[in-house]
Amino acid sequence: MTRILKSILFATTVLAPAGLVATGASAQTATLTIESWRNDDLPIWQQKIIPAFEAKNPGIKVSFAPMAPTEYNSAVNAKLEAGTAGDLITCRPFDLSLAMFQKGQLASLNDLPGISNFSDVGKSAWSTDDGKTTFCVPMASVIHGFIYNKKAFTDVGVQVPKTEDEFFAALEKFKKDGKYIPLAMGTKDQWEAATMGYYNIGPNYWKGEDGRKALIAGKEKLTDAAWVEPYKTLAKWKPYLGDGFEAQTYPDSQNLFTLGRAAIYPAGSWEIAPFKAQADFEMGAFPPPVKKAGDTCYISDHNDIGIGLNAKGKNLEAAKKFLSWVASPEFADLYANAAPGFFSLNSSPVKMQDALAQEFVSWRQNCKATIRPSAAVVGRGQPNLDLEMWRVSANVINGTQTPEQAAAETQKGLDSWYKPAK
Amino acid sequence: MSDTEIADIETVPVKRPTRWHIAVFLAPAFLVYTAVMILPLIETLRLSLFNMVEGQLAFVGLNNFKTLFGDPRLSADFWNALRNNVIFFIIHMLVQNPVGIAIAAMLSLPGLRFAAFYRSAIFVPTLLSFVIVGFIWKLILSPIWGIAPSLMDLIGLKWAFAPWLGKAETALIAVSLISVWQYVGIPMMLIYAALLNIPDEVLEAAECDGITGWSQFWKIKLPLILPSIGIVSVLTFVGNFNAFDLVYTVQGALAGPNGSTDILGTLLYRTFFGFQNQMGDRSMGATIAAVMFLIILAGVALYLFVIQRRMRRYQF
Repeated sequence: MTRILKSILFATTVLAPAGLVATGASAQTATLTIESWRNDDLPIWQQKIIPAFEAKNPGIKVSFAPMAPTEYNSAVNAKLEAGTAGDLITCRPFDLSLAMFQKGQLASLNDLPGISNFSDVGKSAWSTDDGKTTFCVPMASVIHGFIYNKKAFTDVGVQVPKTEDEFFAALEKFKKDGKYIPLAMGTKDQWEAATMGYYNIGPNYWKGEDGRKALIAGKEKLTDAAWVEPYKTLAKWKPYLGDGFEAQTYPDSQNLFTLGRAAIYPAGSWEIAPFKAQADFEMGAFPPPVKKAGDTCYISDHNDIGIGLNAKGKNLEAAKKFLSWVASPEFADLYANAAPGFFSLNSSPVKMQDALAQEFVSWRQNCKATIRPSAAVVGRGQPNLDLEMWRVSANVINGTQTPEQAAAETQKGLDSWYKPAK
Repeated sequence: MSDTEIADIETVPVKRPTRWHIAVFLAPAFLVYTAVMILPLIETLRLSLFNMVEGQLAFVGLNNFKTLFGDPRLSADFWNALRNNVIFFIIHMLVQNPVGIAIAAMLSLPGLRFAAFYRSAIFVPTLLSFVIVGFIWKLILSPIWGIAPSLMDLIGLKWAFAPWLGKAETALIAVSLISVWQYVGIPMMLIYAALLNIPDEVLEAAECDGITGWSQFWKIKLPLILPSIGIVSVLTFVGNFNAFDLVYTVQGALAGPNGSTDILGTLLYRTFFGFQNQMGDRSMGATIAAVMFLIILAGVALYLFVIQRRMRRYQF
């Protein structure tokens, strides 16, 4: 009896780990893990991007490990601190990734072959404040605007609006007609109200980069007219949203539009691929309407996604190989066409097949581009300006807060920690 | 082998050997419980006294608590969460427990048909995962796809429908009632068991004295099940102040709209783990967890030392 027991103990404690070591040692290939929040893109990576890389680089296996977007930052931070994060880290733009670099979690990529394929503007979201060090390879930017149902527009006889008055006239016409919900947006998840609302239409009011930089410099405040006006316009959206929009979630809005029940969808260009897959009607897009015909238009062209190197990763060499491939024109072409709506930041021009994506990107020629105001510098402190803007934008649309109150609240939160350089 | 040992113990009852088996049998439960409950609890309480000072984790005494109650933003969040949590608890006490008692009283009536079926049907939601409950109710109440608007339309009550989960005034009540729906089975079961324990002689004696129906419930049954109601109240209290899951699945971690469904559990989650662009703060999270622990401890102590001691018990 005791002998059997002893042999069992021996087998489980001594032999089993030995077996594990043996199998571990036999694996020669390096496996790279990519941490990401893009779970919508899983099929694109698994079917198109990773096979293309692996075919050229035998001996390196890549696995794409996405998680829920809202949990990504804190989860990946915890993993980096514990030393269990993957070799490649998908980078949020600006302050969040900068903090990771400053903690030594992301490696500098200045000497990465291929990083010179990007302009300073493209790299700006993943460079130190002095612009000297870049720590993530820029992958793509996203553009805000409105996607519309072409069939609904011809049905009801509405022209694509160019000015704000035309925009509201179009909404009014849809509302009168009653067949379509004029605007597909809800406030339950809060971020839609800010990201598709405030950040979308706002640049026309605060004059894009001028306003954003003035805010950072402390020359403008969120309580100034240029920053309050967009809230006032948002408040006017309320009657044109669907019944019970207060409880309408982001997937609800997406489904309402792709099922053809809504006319206009305040959008980010990342919607293009999923919408194409689901909607069976023609879609078009228009940039945020300007106040008066002939005004300069501003669009939010936000550097959104990059990819960096875990400084404490196990397969640094293989990971660098992957990153310089990400920086190549080949990847830019592959990614921009596999995920239309994520526009390449690579200096070499990318030919996109998708008409809707081309429409979005064409606005860059006539309109001035800017990024989301809460992303850089003013997004570093507590309370987080981005989250504050989510909340107050939703409140303004719900009508539970006036635009002035909303602006005052965000400015108060910003004042509590942000001291602009004098 | 075992026969002789038992015989030994029986024949020599005075001089017992050390009873190792007690320790041996207790050890697994004790070790597991210590590892997964007691140590983390102590560690959390310890962490609440530490914070990052210049990049190093350092002992800061009660400073975290000072920040929690002193910082205008954090304290506003905390008091908002506590107030919502108290409302959450009150709704449970006012709806869940009386309804549970009423259902139990009806189920224990002799001659009720399909009693077993009702009992199981009402208890089933308690067994469901909170994720399922959350999503089912989110769908039922959805103004776009939900069946609530069309069902209310059928009986002419369409005007009374509102996107309850999306309005600051109604969201907390709606979430509380979903939770009540899910957990009403627990008070029902406990009270039902207590009601079945009442000896028939007592009830028959009451009937001989002419006490029947409602007055029998109020005068005979209710006093006899009071200890069970006390236990149910404590369970509700602990469960409610630890609640998190249902709010998280129905309203998300932001517990919107505008923080109106934010309870201590969701506040703890956002503070400890972070959310979207807000980074997790382990020390402040642990501080909130410590405060939650103290609130629950205080509530349970109040029950054990003040209420339970005064409760009259009846022996049959």
